[in-house]
Amino acid sequence: MSKFHTMTVARIAAGLRRREFSSVEVTRSFLDRIASLDGRLNSFITVTPELALAAAKAADARIGGGEAVTALTGVPYAHKDIFCTKGVRTSCGSRMLENFIAPYDATVTRHFRDAGMVMLGKTNMDEFAMGSSNETSYFGPVHNPWDLQRVPGGSSGGSAAAVAARISPFATGTDTGGSIRQPAALCGITGIKPTYGAVSRFGMIAFASSLDQGGPMAVTAEDAALVLNVMAGNDPRDSTSVEREKEDYARLLDAPLRGLRVGMPKEYFGSDGLDPRVGAAVHAAAAELVSLGASLVEVSLPNSELSIPAYYVVAPAECSSNLSRFDGVRYGYRCKEPRDLMDLFCRSRGEGFGAEVKRRIMIGTYALSAGYYDAYYLQALKVRRLIRNDFDAAFNQCDVILGPTSPTTAFRIGEKTDDPVTMYLSDIYTIAVNLAGLPGMSIPCGFADGLPVGLQIIGRHFDEARMLNVAHQYQQATDWHTRLPAPFA
Amino acid sequence: MSLSKQDVEKIAHLARLQITGEQIPGFAAQLSSILTFVEQMNGAETTGVEAMAHPFDTPTRMREDIVTEINEREAMQSIAPAVEAGLYLVPKVIE
Repeated sequence: MSKFHTMTVARIAAGLRRREFSSVEVTRSFLDRIASLDGRLNSFITVTPELALAAAKAADARIGGGEAVTALTGVPYAHKDIFCTKGVRTSCGSRMLENFIAPYDATVTRHFRDAGMVMLGKTNMDEFAMGSSNETSYFGPVHNPWDLQRVPGGSSGGSAAAVAARISPFATGTDTGGSIRQPAALCGITGIKPTYGAVSRFGMIAFASSLDQGGPMAVTAEDAALVLNVMAGNDPRDSTSVEREKEDYARLLDAPLRGLRVGMPKEYFGSDGLDPRVGAAVHAAAAELVSLGASLVEVSLPNSELSIPAYYVVAPAECSSNLSRFDGVRYGYRCKEPRDLMDLFCRSRGEGFGAEVKRRIMIGTYALSAGYYDAYYLQALKVRRLIRNDFDAAFNQCDVILGPTSPTTAFRIGEKTDDPVTMYLSDIYTIAVNLAGLPGMSIPCGFADGLPVGLQIIGRHFDEARMLNVAHQYQQATDWHTRLPAPFA
Repeated sequence: MSLSKQDVEKIAHLARLQITGEQIPGFAAQLSSILTFVEQMNGAETTGVEAMAHPFDTPTRMREDIVTEINEREAMQSIAPAVEAGLYLVPKVIE
């Protein structure tokens, strides 16, 4: 019974409910895998074995008592280190929060706790979720389990690597411009960024508040749906959380795809940056969906190439405002022996933040400063509207949009760190989705030279159940998502 | 857009970020290249387009004006770098 790592979340949950095995056994098995395998990956910043085993014992008691058992009671998970966890360090991948222990739980954390789930630890990430390779983390880069010389993607790179190496059954991520989908693609797992407002942002450390959204990263679409059922829901503590009836994201998983209209944006397949092998894998996946009863429609998203420029005004502008809270006074890093108050602010922030965070704070500060606001920020907000209008028009012709998640497979560690703009281009297909507030997901659809290729599915607002249906049906017909990197088998 | 050394110093000061003299040329080059890149959007025709600050055009939700939070000053201050008698300590600001 040591093969828990080859089981899906759904399978583990079923086994726990049937009392085929205990949560303590499952938890211990994953903790052992973390202890023996994570040295190669660096996917965790903090591992919490004692807390995990205590939570697992409590879950077993709950299951044994037969009371208040939820669908995922006793299932272990890894939590991105951006979600506040009362009593456990939340670093956000930054020196600024190296010793920060949140006095409260994020709403998402509380949902998992209430459901009786077992946190194994907190995963590595780009500093303050700013990055596409996990190389901006203060705690060092994460290594891709498919090739340890390569990045796992970012910013939820630790979560993606941990799930891909099956040292955690699933993990949480957050996605501001692609930070769930791009690492899911590069590590060969399933990740979904829900519609803006579906998952509470309370206690999820803010990067760009009009774009940030948390979501699950798992092996299968079914697992992602089950986890999203726990994560999502209205939260009075987040004023942008949408008031909607609680829904079952797994309700459409088994629906046939007959009649489904799949939009293929012509702009996504003509660009120079697209690795032809990625393009071919995405076309093959589209053909698979056709064989399952879907039809393909060409759609156009004419302003797609403006999405990265608009994003790199909007996101830094919001980040420069959000990160002004880190002042060395109330929490977080404080410089030694400040001369005066200004020195305290400037040195605490100068020493506490890494280079990419500083770049983004400065871009945002510049874009919002007197004389530049209209040319940068206001223009970016107008372009944002154009991008959203493109999607509205496309969704008149189709039910979901299909495309690549990332233009390439995982790149080498260090390959893009000297040139921020080149790094930004790796999010060309994901960023527009955040600007429009839409749900998007990535699922594995093939390999190129042993590295996973991700397929992106974009849905209408609050159409996650449909997207998960498409992904699940595809995964019933293919086995890309079941592959495991050999050293972690 | 090409930023000078002085531009970078001014922005860093506005953002309350200390950057050292030797870091300035690198930041100037990188920030200039990012700004040049984002200026692609200046070509977009946006006359008459309404700015979109938020994914949903819905008004901010209101709630009853009642106290919902409890006083957690001690818990909040337990993680502060320096506190005394319930107050956050900073360097002296009045001579």
